[in-house]
Amino acid sequence: MNPTVHPVLAFLQAWWVELVCGVVIVAVVPLIAGYLVLMERKLMADMQARLGPMRVGPHGLLQPIADAVKLLIKEDIIPDHADKMIFWLAPVASMTAALTAMGGIAFGPSFLVARDINVGLLFVVGVSSMGLLGIMLGGWASNSHYSIMGALRSTAQLVSYETAGGLALISGLLLAGTLKIRAIVDAQQHFGVWFVFLAPVALFIYLIASIAETNRAPFDLPEAESELVAGYMTEFSGFRWALYFLGEYTNMIVVGAVATTLFLGGWLRPFPNVRWMNWLDAVPALFTAAVGVYCVYRAGKQPVRVQIWFMWGVALTCFAAALILGLPLLVAPMKFMMPGLNGAFWFLLKISAYIYLFMWVRFTLPRYRFDQLMHLGWYILIPLAIVNVLAVGIAMILESEYGWNRWLAMLLTTVITLATAILLLYLNDKRAAASSTAAPPEEPSAEDSYAG
Amino acid sequence: MLDKVIFFFFAGVAILSAALMVTRRNAMHSAVFLITTLLATAGIFLQLRAEFLFIAQIILYVAGIMVLFIFVIMLVSLDVALHQVKFSRQKWVALFVTLALALEVGVMLWSSRKVPGQGFLLPNAVPAAKLPANTEALAGRLFDAYLLPFEIASVLLLVAMVGAVVMAKKRT
Repeated sequence: MNPTVHPVLAFLQAWWVELVCGVVIVAVVPLIAGYLVLMERKLMADMQARLGPMRVGPHGLLQPIADAVKLLIKEDIIPDHADKMIFWLAPVASMTAALTAMGGIAFGPSFLVARDINVGLLFVVGVSSMGLLGIMLGGWASNSHYSIMGALRSTAQLVSYETAGGLALISGLLLAGTLKIRAIVDAQQHFGVWFVFLAPVALFIYLIASIAETNRAPFDLPEAESELVAGYMTEFSGFRWALYFLGEYTNMIVVGAVATTLFLGGWLRPFPNVRWMNWLDAVPALFTAAVGVYCVYRAGKQPVRVQIWFMWGVALTCFAAALILGLPLLVAPMKFMMPGLNGAFWFLLKISAYIYLFMWVRFTLPRYRFDQLMHLGWYILIPLAIVNVLAVGIAMILESEYGWNRWLAMLLTTVITLATAILLLYLNDKRAAASSTAAPPEEPSAEDSYAG
Repeated sequence: MLDKVIFFFFAGVAILSAALMVTRRNAMHSAVFLITTLLATAGIFLQLRAEFLFIAQIILYVAGIMVLFIFVIMLVSLDVALHQVKFSRQKWVALFVTLALALEVGVMLWSSRKVPGQGFLLPNAVPAAKLPANTEALAGRLFDAYLLPFEIASVLLLVAMVGAVVMAKKRT
């Protein structure tokens, strides 16, 4: 055999799973991100008593594909005085960071994308935080005031909230005692409880921090339409803009996966160790089958024949998924597939719930003002996260050294942290009251009318 | 074989972008090339199975310190800086130091070459199975053998941080 070909073949033999997974990420994640956008628009429409996109495909189901085609064939505009190299590099950096972070996530006990690296969770968090560089460089390279304002805001916001989010993650990691993704989930199975019930404040802080990290309302100041046109994305059009958007929505999936892995039990079903809850193993198959039946029911009501066919196609896909999820329950030799398949189902369900919460928050709360955002980050979230880390550490020592009941110790943690939160909020209110009596803000009415 | 290819790739990228970082006139371009250098160095750490160093490099240097660098550069008017004369007057000293360093590395490589049967000492990765888990090993050393220096360093950083805040505060 040719001596240069041999090591390449050996490499392929050792790493083909990872390579295939990498290709799958690059191919599938954009599609998922597109459908997340559709889901968001549909949900927003529902909450505002509208219908949302309805034209392309039944109930607008093909809208993401139409959007993608439109973005691909749009004219690519580069501003005259833009820095060409960095303008080209920035969106790519943003998206690459997000997609690379996806590589560290495990979607189930047997759907591990990368090998179970020793620093698993840290890898995901660290690499996804590199996306900030893309935002900053893009804002600077466009040579526009709106862009640079958006980039500056984005930097200040992300640096502040990454600190709080990182500290919140540390509270969870203290409980798990490891950074490996699979070992974290195993620890939750060993404890018999998801970490969210042991450290609820940590998940809450991480939730807020992750909303801010993904630049979403109510923390979407870097791209606040009413103030900055589109912030750092103002000068980007067509495919470059799509790359930024892709990075943003991929980041949503990434933070959802991090929260799910660390706090929501990863791919464990609810009550993983309780024997009489074993009927929950049938839920994935029944759930997908129910979705399929609903699609069949809706298929009859579609106005156009193509849409009826499409609906039937979706229904058949659901039935196929239900069959795949259900067969291991019925056929004994296929039982070994069950943890993997069901695990992936629960994991994706939890991520979806997390992202749904994101959207829910977005449609409910108005946008923060920038100083309010900074106050929330530095005066409340970061002290609270530090207290939480200390309290979780103390609770773990109480449990291991002094033989306290785990639940009692963790309850104490939560009470301490909540008391701190109330104290911080009280101090914040007091300071706000003091500053407003000392120096009334100029033209509050004008500011109000432009807020949000 | 493959290890060497990966090593030379990362090393080449690191050296090339380091050279570009020094020679670019635009500060933002320099920052981008510095990021590339740091990423390539992180890649070498990863190849040596030092996962924790790899991710610490990325989190601290690429996503932390470089973000602050770029933040500062964004606030500076680059057009003015572009037309100013560079204040590098220590050309000859730099040349001398570089030559001395190159000589040192050359001597080291030459003497190591004389070890029978080893050739150039290139970083050959130990099989991953033989190494202890990197994070745990590092934490063990840091919080066991080197606890006091570690704590002193953290107190020092805290002092520096408080000092910076005090100095940045407006005098009333």
